[in-house]
Amino acid sequence: MSVLVGSDTKVIIQGMGKTGRFHTDKAIAYGTRMVGAVHPSRAGETERFEGDTDHSGVKGREDRYQQDLPIFRTVAEAVAETGANASVIYVPPHFAADAIMEAADAGVPLIIAITEGIPVSDMVRTKRFLQDRPVRLVGPNCPGVITPQRCKIGIMPGYIHTPGRIGVVSRSGTLTYEAVFQLTNNGLGQTTAIGIGGDPVNGTNFVDCLALFEGDPATEGVIMIGEIGGSAEEEAADFVKSSMTKPVAGFIAGTTAPPGKRMGHAGAIISGGRGTAADKIAALEGAGVVVAPTPSDMGAAMLQALGG
Amino acid sequence: MKIHEYQAKQLLGARGIPVPLGRVATTVDEAVAAVRPLIEESGTPVVVVKSQIHAGGRGMGRFVEHPDLGGVTVVTDGIEGGIEAAEERVRNLADKMLGSTLVTIQTGPEGKQVNRLYLEQGIDIDRELYLSIVLDRGQGRNTVMASTEGGTEVEEVAANTPEKIVRQAIDPAFGLLGFEASRVADALGLTGAAHRNGVAFLQTLADAAVELDADLVEINPLVVTRDGSVMALDGKLSFESNALYRHPDVEAMRDESEEDPAELLAFEHGLSFIKLDGSIGCMVNGAGLAMATMDIIKYVGGEPANFLDVGGGADQDQVAAAFKIITRDPNVKGIFVNIFGGIMRCDTIATGVVEAVKEVGLEVPLVVRLEGTNVDLGKRIIDESGLNVVSADDMKDGAQKIVALTS
Repeated sequence: MSVLVGSDTKVIIQGMGKTGRFHTDKAIAYGTRMVGAVHPSRAGETERFEGDTDHSGVKGREDRYQQDLPIFRTVAEAVAETGANASVIYVPPHFAADAIMEAADAGVPLIIAITEGIPVSDMVRTKRFLQDRPVRLVGPNCPGVITPQRCKIGIMPGYIHTPGRIGVVSRSGTLTYEAVFQLTNNGLGQTTAIGIGGDPVNGTNFVDCLALFEGDPATEGVIMIGEIGGSAEEEAADFVKSSMTKPVAGFIAGTTAPPGKRMGHAGAIISGGRGTAADKIAALEGAGVVVAPTPSDMGAAMLQALGG
Repeated sequence: MKIHEYQAKQLLGARGIPVPLGRVATTVDEAVAAVRPLIEESGTPVVVVKSQIHAGGRGMGRFVEHPDLGGVTVVTDGIEGGIEAAEERVRNLADKMLGSTLVTIQTGPEGKQVNRLYLEQGIDIDRELYLSIVLDRGQGRNTVMASTEGGTEVEEVAANTPEKIVRQAIDPAFGLLGFEASRVADALGLTGAAHRNGVAFLQTLADAAVELDADLVEINPLVVTRDGSVMALDGKLSFESNALYRHPDVEAMRDESEEDPAELLAFEHGLSFIKLDGSIGCMVNGAGLAMATMDIIKYVGGEPANFLDVGGGADQDQVAAAFKIITRDPNVKGIFVNIFGGIMRCDTIATGVVEAVKEVGLEVPLVVRLEGTNVDLGKRIIDESGLNVVSADDMKDGAQKIVALTS
């Protein structure tokens, strides 16, 4: 079992430029069921992907793969033709919000937006647009979602993952890899790893993911990786206290971040004395979360939370 | 991105927000020349001389060179002595203020040099209020924050008397509705003409915040005059960099003299860099990992010299530029490169580092930790370069090694 994505996930891609194409190729090599692409000016064509299979992905495949991906004019057409139930968005930032809303309008139940740099006001409008529609947005500005050896959607390196018992949720891409790799090395593995992204306005938050993992029978524990800015970690702490039965470990980046400075991620800023790492760590520890003292101790913190 | 008060008032005034008449001056003569038209157009003999720097608390701030002089001065000489007396006083003030260093609670002890003055008409103030529009991240919506405590820092009000702050979320599909603005005006105690003007002010400001892609609009104080006008006596706007492409007029307002030169250089190379006070330079991919790298350096006993995220798609040139920016800082006694390659390939980083070292030399210890995509190739490039580089197994190992090498 897993959450959000698995063997049944059929994915289309919006935004097949250089980056989108590169990661579509990696996804197919991993064994993800990529079923189509949306590109208005190339509708009717196909795009060929071929290469060496990534054997860290879905098992039991040939050593080489070759696939011709059909290209559609709109998301609605792509969904009608392929039965896709997820879309991954690599559309450049100025047009990405529109792409998300198009996918939502076409009824794609899971939209994963990798794009970094979408204007906040675009995301404010997008979130309003999604409000009454039965869709889930993950991201933007995130590495994506992976269920090891089942489905990889996004830009994360596949080989560091291994199937296992832990749900991973994070605001940071590379810190997710750090946590995942430690969980692979200490034998715990992952059920699903979700990057929720570093932007101030995003689709899915920590609480959403904690609830998903709490309801997933295969997930035995969760590690959540937060950072300075906003209050999503504090809300997660409240949820852990009130509604989680599974052990939770965590890490918060930005203990040394100066106030008032945006630390790379648009959402990582301490403003008016709020959103500090110290407050977030205190809230999580108050809820019984085992918080790793350094990013090198995330795997160990998870083991400790599990009581091992 | 931040802009000056006078620029904020230009942008807001052009969108229908009432602001006092004003003129900007970069020389003493320009300041003096602004006095007559200001007094004649406004019909009031009082002018205000305001230092323009990217920091708040200017009124209470003091000049290093003139400890008795504040950053904002009200000139009343015109009431008795006419325009000539006001001009003479402004000449004297501008001469002292321009080129001097203003220290406020927000500048830090080193202060900021004043290169521009803004001269404004004096306003007959009845009440001072506070108004801002900020993003409520949890709701994903802009929110009006208002209070009757004008002129005070909002953080202070929030800490001491939170009940005095009124909040009103704005639905992006509809904007700030009339009855919502009216509710805020009621809470501010506005009545009669001031209430009507207040509602119009609020709705216009809410629209302007969206139109300008501002991530903060702060009017502190918002003033009510004795004749019931509602006016922005001060104005602070900051902009979200992701949306600046839509606003070339705002982008043109960037004042590079207000920004850290290294941060500016990094920005031009598409790097995210923030200078800190420590001695260990960091080059990392990913914002979260970059922050965590600073944290772990501190945890093992060192002090980070910077935050630097080379991003996910950096090329060799950007890596080389990042390396040069780090080594420019004379405080840097050692460098820690910490990479977990996803999109970023370890060989790209390794090649960039090797090229940069060949070009600018390496006078301090360098510890490199590589993991992720093409890690073996990256390590080989470093090993075969012949450079004096220490390899690390993981990030704690790397942090310990660089701290040991520099202490």
